[in-house]
Amino acid sequence: MAKVVDINGPIVIVHLPEVLIGEQVRLGELGLLGEVIGREQECAVVQVYESTEALRPGESVEALGHPLSVELGPGLLGQILDGIQRPLTAIAAQSGDFIGRGVHPPALDREKRWPFVPNPLLKTGQRIQGGQALGTVRETQSIEHRILVPPDIDGELLELAPQGDYTIEEIAARVQDSKGQIHSLRFYQRWPVRKPRPYLRRSAVGKPLLTGQRVLDTFFPLIKGGKAAVPGPFGAGKTMVQQQIARWSNADIVIYVGCGERGNELVDILETFPELIDPHTGRSLMERTLLVANTSNMPVVAREASIYVGVTMAEYYRDQGYDVVMVADSTSRWAEALREVSGRLGQMPVEEGYPAYLASRLAAFYERAGCVDLLGGEGSGSVTLIGAVSPPGGDFSEPVTSHTKEIIQTFWALSKELADARHYPSVDWADSFSGYIQDAAAWWSESVDTRWERLRAEALGILSRADELARIVNLVGPEALSSQQRWELAGAQVIREGFLQQSALDEIDSYCSPQKQFRLLELLLNLYQRGQRLLAQGASVQRLLELPLLATAKRLKSQYSSEQLDEMNAFAQEIDDIFSALDQEYLAVPVKQPAA
Amino acid sequence: MREKEYRYASAARGGLLFMKGLSGVRNGDRVQVRDHQGQVRNGQVIRTTTEMVLIQVFEGTDGLDLERTWVRFLEEPFEVTLSPAILGRIFNGVGKPRDGRPALISQTKRNVNGSAVNPAARAYPKEFIQTGLSGIDGLNSLVRGQKLPVFSGSGLPHNRLVAQLVRQAKLPGEESNFAVVFAAMGISHADERFFRQSFESSGVLRNVVMFTNLADDPPIERLILPRTALTVAEYLAFDLDLHVLVVITDMTHYAEALREVATAKGDVPSRKGYPGYLYSDLAEIYERAGRIRDRHGSITMVPVLSMPSDDITHPIPDLTGYITEGQIVLSRELHGQGIYPPIHVPPSLSRLMKDGIGAQYTRDDHARVASQLYASYARALEVRNLASIVGAEELSQRDRQYMDFAKLFERRFIGQGEEQDRSIIETLEIAWEVLSLLPPSELTRVSEADLARSHNWSEDRSPASDSEALVA
Ligand SMILES: Nc1ncnc2c1ncn2[C@@H]1O[C@H](COP(=O)(O)OP(=O)(O)O)[C@@H](O)[C@H]1O
Ligand SMILES: [Mg+2]
Repeated sequence: MAKVVDINGPIVIVHLPEVLIGEQVRLGELGLLGEVIGREQECAVVQVYESTEALRPGESVEALGHPLSVELGPGLLGQILDGIQRPLTAIAAQSGDFIGRGVHPPALDREKRWPFVPNPLLKTGQRIQGGQALGTVRETQSIEHRILVPPDIDGELLELAPQGDYTIEEIAARVQDSKGQIHSLRFYQRWPVRKPRPYLRRSAVGKPLLTGQRVLDTFFPLIKGGKAAVPGPFGAGKTMVQQQIARWSNADIVIYVGCGERGNELVDILETFPELIDPHTGRSLMERTLLVANTSNMPVVAREASIYVGVTMAEYYRDQGYDVVMVADSTSRWAEALREVSGRLGQMPVEEGYPAYLASRLAAFYERAGCVDLLGGEGSGSVTLIGAVSPPGGDFSEPVTSHTKEIIQTFWALSKELADARHYPSVDWADSFSGYIQDAAAWWSESVDTRWERLRAEALGILSRADELARIVNLVGPEALSSQQRWELAGAQVIREGFLQQSALDEIDSYCSPQKQFRLLELLLNLYQRGQRLLAQGASVQRLLELPLLATAKRLKSQYSSEQLDEMNAFAQEIDDIFSALDQEYLAVPVKQPAA
Repeated sequence: MREKEYRYASAARGGLLFMKGLSGVRNGDRVQVRDHQGQVRNGQVIRTTTEMVLIQVFEGTDGLDLERTWVRFLEEPFEVTLSPAILGRIFNGVGKPRDGRPALISQTKRNVNGSAVNPAARAYPKEFIQTGLSGIDGLNSLVRGQKLPVFSGSGLPHNRLVAQLVRQAKLPGEESNFAVVFAAMGISHADERFFRQSFESSGVLRNVVMFTNLADDPPIERLILPRTALTVAEYLAFDLDLHVLVVITDMTHYAEALREVATAKGDVPSRKGYPGYLYSDLAEIYERAGRIRDRHGSITMVPVLSMPSDDITHPIPDLTGYITEGQIVLSRELHGQGIYPPIHVPPSLSRLMKDGIGAQYTRDDHARVASQLYASYARALEVRNLASIVGAEELSQRDRQYMDFAKLFERRFIGQGEEQDRSIIETLEIAWEVLSLLPPSELTRVSEADLARSHNWSEDRSPASDSEALVA
């Protein structure tokens, strides 16, 4: 008889002979949900998604016959779901302000009617296959939801629902496969979360994922379909970077997974996003956003699942032809959940208590990012994955950070020193990297300015030389520097304060269009270069350093919004005028050639 | 309740009691352990199988004679009795009175483990609490419903700081219904007395509920004490509509007790011998702070922890910082210079400050002034570092201005009297006084309008003498 044998925190051993690894089970009177993660003869090891308090040995166990899977259909957007896709608003309606156990409302509303428009190209009798769109419903004002044939279905279309309003349980189509079996397709489908959804083929990575954050877009760009990590100690700004991406990026759909982090951070999104306007569609941001929440005080096993629940939903929208971004805050908490379970199973830890399969699990997760051609053969979509990493003590050499670094292409390393000086985003220009510079350059060159790559390199060059100079100053004092070097330090400071720093809280500067990014960088570099030339002509560096222009330049970003580039050009004129006047003065002095 | 008492204890070590030949005991249930002297200890089932039960004994397992140890299973979870009469009382970690008065009588009982607040039911904390301390109000504001720990070290004045905070914290312009839940773990009798006297002299004692497990009390009880205290806090906040300030001190003693039990259980250690689940365990405590939509009360939490060897990367402060909504870090160096409160500004942070300040709650320029102070102080510390290498004589005029700024900032803005209760407006005025030591070109975080309004710069004043005057 199936029954509970041993309860050890979230790990429960049950007597359940025939069950498969990965299968869902329900435990005890409360009906706690769990997943089989191991077998030992007649017994199965179950990780339980809910607290096992008050469970007792001998209580009954029921195998549910399917792995952890999610419901995919209209009505996901705008919701807040927990780590195993339970809708938290519905849970609150059932069990109040505190999360009850054994409460399992379905993710999708069964009552709501959706206006369905059948795909006009489909005719009964024709062959259809997995991934094809049966038709669409308008899920939100900005998102048209394609009702897809599930990936594993292939056959003759017997019947297609006519235009009308349907609940998701109604039949959208009936398909007969080659074996003669008839499948009734509803307006939603299920998919097991640990299995990537199929696609036709991977396609070349696409355009930049523009985030409106200068240091990301201009210095360390990410591409739609790419993978990125944001490591940093606590308080460095990981969550803020991810929230900014959720707010401003040019993705169609954003899935925000709060994995083992603070409840209030999700509330922040829930309370602000409905009012915020997506700069790309002009609609409320909540219409394209979906939250998955397993906060730090929620059961640890569901935390492990939440990442997969999130990415499966991301793939589902990708399969509809959308560019989806999923941010996961934080993948370290997911890894710790793995560690906790493996520890309780008595598996051999390899590094800092983590099991040997940490690296492969991480790699397999990030592999679910990508640009793909869709299964139905029509169009393409992408999933971009961005994971925060929370290294203990801020030490990037720890296992999760170091393995992640090997896997991803864009690395936004956040620095405690910068954050402590309130330099946000605290992306460290020396430690961060992007493997997508060439792809990004093609887009910038075509869409904004051909000089993008050069200006970017120049600015980075100034920053890194200035870092070197600062080290020298700290050894031997400022007197050792030449005028040119002192100006270089000033130039780097202008770039840091006037370009890299970008407050998420500044209404004007929170989002910065690519055009504004480029224009600003160009202006600041121009300022620096004209100063350099003057120095070469014999001007005193002290005089340059005292120019009020420098302070003005640092303030430009929050003076002019992305719509006010023309006004910003007035400043360009100001630089020109001031420097031209200075040029005049020093022209009398014989000109030395500036160093190349 | 099972009438029977069992005597199958097969082993006892590190606060854990193993019982063989018992089946069907519920996980998490409360247990009473009677020793050979008839003393009753409190325990909780932490693992249960068809053959054995593992019990965590809060009073420890020292002195247990297995042959003469009887265990009774109470068939109920660990609960605390709640009634409005709880205010003004003192209890131990399992909720037994320590003040010589009778136990509470009430129908209302709650499981001390609580359950997670549904994120969808939370309300975002926003209301600025004025603590009267510039280092907090000006730079790292506390808001109602926030969890903001104090990272301290042995010998640093965190007790005085917290006592001052309890005394002074208020919402500007509001007389509110408040309560204080004070949870003490592993602190000395002297410290406990200090707090009690401080509550008494500030007249809040009748609004305080104290839970104490002092340095010479059994350490395992510390595992349940904050949970008991927070269950009471939830009752006061969400049943009785009070604004509750929870002070928990010292979380380091809590974590050490957790490590002790984890080691006895044979859990896989991660860093410094602490179990991998320390993060989740701490989160179960800290995340109980907050606000809930449509409920009037709130739980604001100020946990205190001492950083072992002043190391902020030690797992206890590190994991705490990953969970809480910022941290106030104390500095041994400032303390050594006689600066009180010795708030170490660069690593201190309030994550909820952004929505709790500004024209609506404090003043329009608050965020910019705070950001400017941070940036300027960071720069000033670099200069100070440079001066220690090359000598102060080598510094430029600008750098000397920064040196003066740092000094005045530490002494006048951060430093203040233990009895001094500054309004937020006073705090901001002092901020500008300090910023006025730097020329406007250095102040790019504030707006030009801010400068025109509040910056009092004169090129030719001699800052050094000036700042001496200001400090004096
Ligand atoms: N881009 C930003 N603009 C303004 N403030 C920021 C920015 N990034 C971080 N911060 C500040 O830093 C605090 C901590 O950031 P957060 O993203 O929560 O850090 P982490 O997730 O790394 O612990 C925030 O509460 C905010 O005050
Ligand atoms: Mg974070």
